[in-house]
Amino acid sequence: MAKPKLALYWAASCGGCDVAVLDIEVKILDVAAFFDIVFWPCATDFKYKDVEAMPDKSITLCLFNGSIRNSENEKLAKLLRAKSVVLVAFGSCAQEGCIPALANLTTKEAIFKTVYLDTPSTHNPDKIFPQPVTKVKEGDLEIPVFWEKVKSLDQVVDVDYYIPGCPPQSTQVAAVIEAVIDILKNGKPLPPKGTILGAGDKTCCDECPRTRKEKKVKQFYRLHEILINPDECLLDQGIVCMGPATRSGCGALCVKANVPCRGCYGAPPNVHDQGLKMLSAISSVIDAQEPDEIDKIINTIADPTGTFYRFSMAHSTLKIADL
Amino acid sequence: MAFEPRIVAFFCNWCTYTGADLAGVSRLKSPANIRIIRTMCSGRVDPSFIMKAFELGADGVLIGGCHPGDCHYAEGNYKALRRVHLLKKMMRSFGIDEKRLRLEWISASEGDVYQHVATEFTQTIRSLGPLNWKQHVDQKSSSEQAVVV
Repeated sequence: MAKPKLALYWAASCGGCDVAVLDIEVKILDVAAFFDIVFWPCATDFKYKDVEAMPDKSITLCLFNGSIRNSENEKLAKLLRAKSVVLVAFGSCAQEGCIPALANLTTKEAIFKTVYLDTPSTHNPDKIFPQPVTKVKEGDLEIPVFWEKVKSLDQVVDVDYYIPGCPPQSTQVAAVIEAVIDILKNGKPLPPKGTILGAGDKTCCDECPRTRKEKKVKQFYRLHEILINPDECLLDQGIVCMGPATRSGCGALCVKANVPCRGCYGAPPNVHDQGLKMLSAISSVIDAQEPDEIDKIINTIADPTGTFYRFSMAHSTLKIADL
Repeated sequence: MAFEPRIVAFFCNWCTYTGADLAGVSRLKSPANIRIIRTMCSGRVDPSFIMKAFELGADGVLIGGCHPGDCHYAEGNYKALRRVHLLKKMMRSFGIDEKRLRLEWISASEGDVYQHVATEFTQTIRSLGPLNWKQHVDQKSSSEQAVVV
């Protein structure tokens, strides 16, 4: 029997998700033994034309990380969708936009202005911006077109499953791969479409070992403004911790390292909008009843929109994506 | 056709909903632009309800609760107050005018206050114009949106 085919791709991402796959350590040998890896730009030397030459639905499993920022990302998303039986949005970028999607709070024009004109280290007196096509004497040079907004994978193509995390934890990745091998080997049924794999069905708080008391916050602190008590709930101490609005599954990794949860596992079950759920949770712990005092406390939260939607901007209710 | 604002209102069962009812029973005229949804408490109004309303085409959202100290559930209205303050800040970064969201304390006996607030808020939204958030976001359906009023 021919080996099932596996593809991995990175779109607009940092590369951390590819490292997370390698982080499963010796289990990567099981992957290599069981699957025929047909495409993995980070680790193997296959070209886009190799993928284009494959018959449709010939890749058994495609783990797609990264959000859709430019025309190249979108082209590959559509190509891999056509060639794959099962397409998985791997990691927070592909699932719900992650850090790249924070750019949806601004415009393409403003981003270009910052990057190509305003940064102190930039010297660009002729105001040259990247062009999709440049004519040189050898012919036309093409680079991908930068889209106006960042989209998640499922805003561009049909997605079968999601693996959350920035990056997904290696134990979870290993468990998912084991499950996939089990399904393929033993003919077990696939989970229902749209299932979130490699994560829990509670919130990060459920995995957090810290002791919680009644939350009454008079001031919010950034990490450098306070000495953190390692045993007490971070939110109790006035540190914006996304735990209450984040899906479990990471094993409360950050809070165990004395750093607040950033929310990379996305919205918990039955929550459609992580940022708004966090807004709701934060509002409940503010200890004030007078409008002026409330505003004073709220103003100690640095960038609430960017903080609450750090990972889920592309999926926010008011998703500012030109879909 | 002149723009008629579409306003979604979340009123608490114990005070504002009864206050709006009183306005009706007393035959006080108030604008028909306001679509009231009754909730048990203004503290029940999750920020996602408010944003969902904007997403689905509301031009303004009005929340009504009991006066401070009068909440049937002790402090639900304070929760609503804090959420609205934080949400307004967030709305600014999303590019929505914060005046499109308003929180008012209206007791069961204040039918006249309801009339005043409803009239004034409708006027505010009318002068702000349509939000058309969905059209703004989803260019594909912009032709459909133009037909549906």
